[in-house]
Amino acid sequence: MVIIQIVTIAIVASLLVLLVKEQQPIFAFVITILTGVILFFFIIESVTEVIDLIRSLSKKANINEMYLETILQIIGISYIAEFGSQLTKDAGLASVAAKIELAGKIFIIVLAVPILTAVVETILNFLPQ
Amino acid sequence: MYQEAAVLFQIAGIGIIVAMIHTILKQMGKEEYAQFASLIGFIIVLIFVVNSISDFFQQIKSVFLFQG
Repeated sequence: MVIIQIVTIAIVASLLVLLVKEQQPIFAFVITILTGVILFFFIIESVTEVIDLIRSLSKKANINEMYLETILQIIGISYIAEFGSQLTKDAGLASVAAKIELAGKIFIIVLAVPILTAVVETILNFLPQ
Repeated sequence: MYQEAAVLFQIAGIGIIVAMIHTILKQMGKEEYAQFASLIGFIIVLIFVVNSISDFFQQIKSVFLFQG
């Protein structure tokens, strides 16, 4: 099963990190980055399957394509921001991690603005003038 | 699956070798060469990591339909 491979790679990587940490802390951090990247490549197939399923369902229910695009971009931005902030936290730079998270939140809000306006407009149309 | 795990071992191997070179050169009394050796080792690994991170972000962009 894939989960077993993921866990073994994570354990092996943590052992390597501890091995290399005293002499060369930079290499230890490089190994953590690479483990994060490798573990992502394991889950990429299932993520694409789920996204294709969602897209086909949204086509059947003829939901506007723009909403799905925005949702996927928001998920992507949140994943990258979380990945970056966790890595910088690992390296010990908590303040930089907080900045990354703040930037991620702001970009998500910016992306969500068109959806918010659409929702508000539909609500206003319901109200009798 | 094994080529990814091999990558981790390569990086760890480079790190250990650079650490050994560093200590050996320090014992021999050549401080600057030790610094150069670790710097070169670091640069090699940095190039490799930058490539893998760019592939990683390219993959995310293709999956999450980024246009921006």
